[in-house]
Amino acid sequence: MIILVVLIVIWEIWVQFGDIPKWQLPAPSAIAQEIVASWSLLLHHAYITLQEIVAGFFVALIFGLLLATAVTHSKILERAILPIIVSSQTIPIIAIAPLLLIWVGYGLASKIIVVVLISFYPIAVNTIDGLKAINTDMVAMMRSLGASRWQIFTKLQIPTSLPYMFSGIKVGISISVIGAVIGEWVGASGGLGYLIKYSQPLFLTSRVFAAIFVLSIMGVALFALAGLVERLMLPWYYAEKRAKSASQ
Amino acid sequence: MVEVNQLSKSFSTEEGERKVLDNITFRVNTGEFVSVIGPSGCGKSTLLHIIAGIDEADGGEIKINGDANSPKLGHIGYMQQKDLLLPWRTVLDNVILGLELKGVAKLEARQKAIEHIETFGLKGFENQYPFVLSGGMRQRASFLRSVLLHQEVMLLDEPFGALDALTRHQMQEWLMNLWRTLGNTIILVTHDTDEALLLSDKIYVMSARPAKIVMSLEVDLPRPRTHATVTEPEFAKLKAKLLAQLHEK
Ligand SMILES: Nc1ncnc2c1ncn2[C@@H]1O[C@H](COP(=O)(O)OP(=O)(O)O)[C@@H](O)[C@H]1O
Ligand SMILES: [Mg+2]
Repeated sequence: MIILVVLIVIWEIWVQFGDIPKWQLPAPSAIAQEIVASWSLLLHHAYITLQEIVAGFFVALIFGLLLATAVTHSKILERAILPIIVSSQTIPIIAIAPLLLIWVGYGLASKIIVVVLISFYPIAVNTIDGLKAINTDMVAMMRSLGASRWQIFTKLQIPTSLPYMFSGIKVGISISVIGAVIGEWVGASGGLGYLIKYSQPLFLTSRVFAAIFVLSIMGVALFALAGLVERLMLPWYYAEKRAKSASQ
Repeated sequence: MVEVNQLSKSFSTEEGERKVLDNITFRVNTGEFVSVIGPSGCGKSTLLHIIAGIDEADGGEIKINGDANSPKLGHIGYMQQKDLLLPWRTVLDNVILGLELKGVAKLEARQKAIEHIETFGLKGFENQYPFVLSGGMRQRASFLRSVLLHQEVMLLDEPFGALDALTRHQMQEWLMNLWRTLGNTIILVTHDTDEALLLSDKIYVMSARPAKIVMSLEVDLPRPRTHATVTEPEFAKLKAKLLAQLHEK
């Protein structure tokens, strides 16, 4: 926090005394003024981007969890699906994003798909790790108590995987912000990515920075929200972690 | 009554077949406390896994009350050395796990469990997460999880192995009292001669791998026993017999 403040102060002084033109690098104070001046414009575009992120993230969550369940359910599915999941990440999103425009048009759908493509991956991979993290002694204990396969899945495997799943969710929700911007970049009629793209050629550099600032605030807020949900859903995990760090 | 008849078991490993159990036969009468003692790695846990129904034997059979096909999973209590409490459940919700898996409603299951919380020394900890508990309390919670299912046969796999000596002694006395009130059939696996002699009616000694039963010893020490029993001459005599067998090469 202190580091951040110091950096901003250095930036401000550097721009003020270095006579750097505003269209090249605006001072933080100029960006702040821009945020106030274009508040309603920023809000309008932020709202569009947020819709894309939220919709894309939830689709990615469901998709990621389904894939993880399928992969850990049978060896055959694992061999069939896992290579596809991994190779999907080697495709540069920036290259297929324009194709999406051709396929599904300029609307929200193309952006949502980009968000899904980017953020399902950490969710799926972490959840797979989590579902595999069960201890064989625990499984033996459950079986000896008469648990069915389904009960072992719901009462042992899923709870074991939750901390892993939340790690994936926190990464996924952060990068879904990037996904939405990429989606807007290649073709859109609104959103903060769109605003950045069209402010740049006009040398409205403070507006570009203002939009970036709002994007990062959104990213941080979404991350914090995911962290909050995690704390509410995993009270035992945090209680244990706290106790352990206190005893050290 | 539990009858183990000519049980054999091998595992295939990278170095080839590993024979673990070789024609194991013994019998435990209803209400009896029997210990199986043997060197580390001889196949004690494997034996209990098979009796519990978690693993299958290559040959032989297990009869429960004369029935070789009686269902095992969910019907035979099985406690491992590790307490295996679920970290995301409170103590109370951990002990009702078995009832819950059987379809008993949570509220009803909790009601039943609360009646026993005091006997199991868990009063005041019902709503805590298990990491708060001491080693002995964790084991008692795991016992209660089994006991609530009212299973006639209970298998205990070195349940006190990870506890410090003093806690272990307290737990042994506590278990003797519990068994007296429950009156169920217990098979305890251990490598601790004092523990086996103190608790059991009968002890079977297993050899090193591939394990055979090499000795059966009646422990006719009068009950109730306490830790003072360990110092009596009768106890020492039995212990000498047991040690002689265990150290025989
Ligand atoms: N799943 C398995 N695969 C291969 N070997 C095993 C397996 N389970 C146990 N063993 C081997 O069987 C032997 C007996 O193991 P175990 O029953 O755990 O011994 P104990 O409980 O008496 O210490 C050991 O040598 C162990 O390595
Ligand atoms: Mg063992």
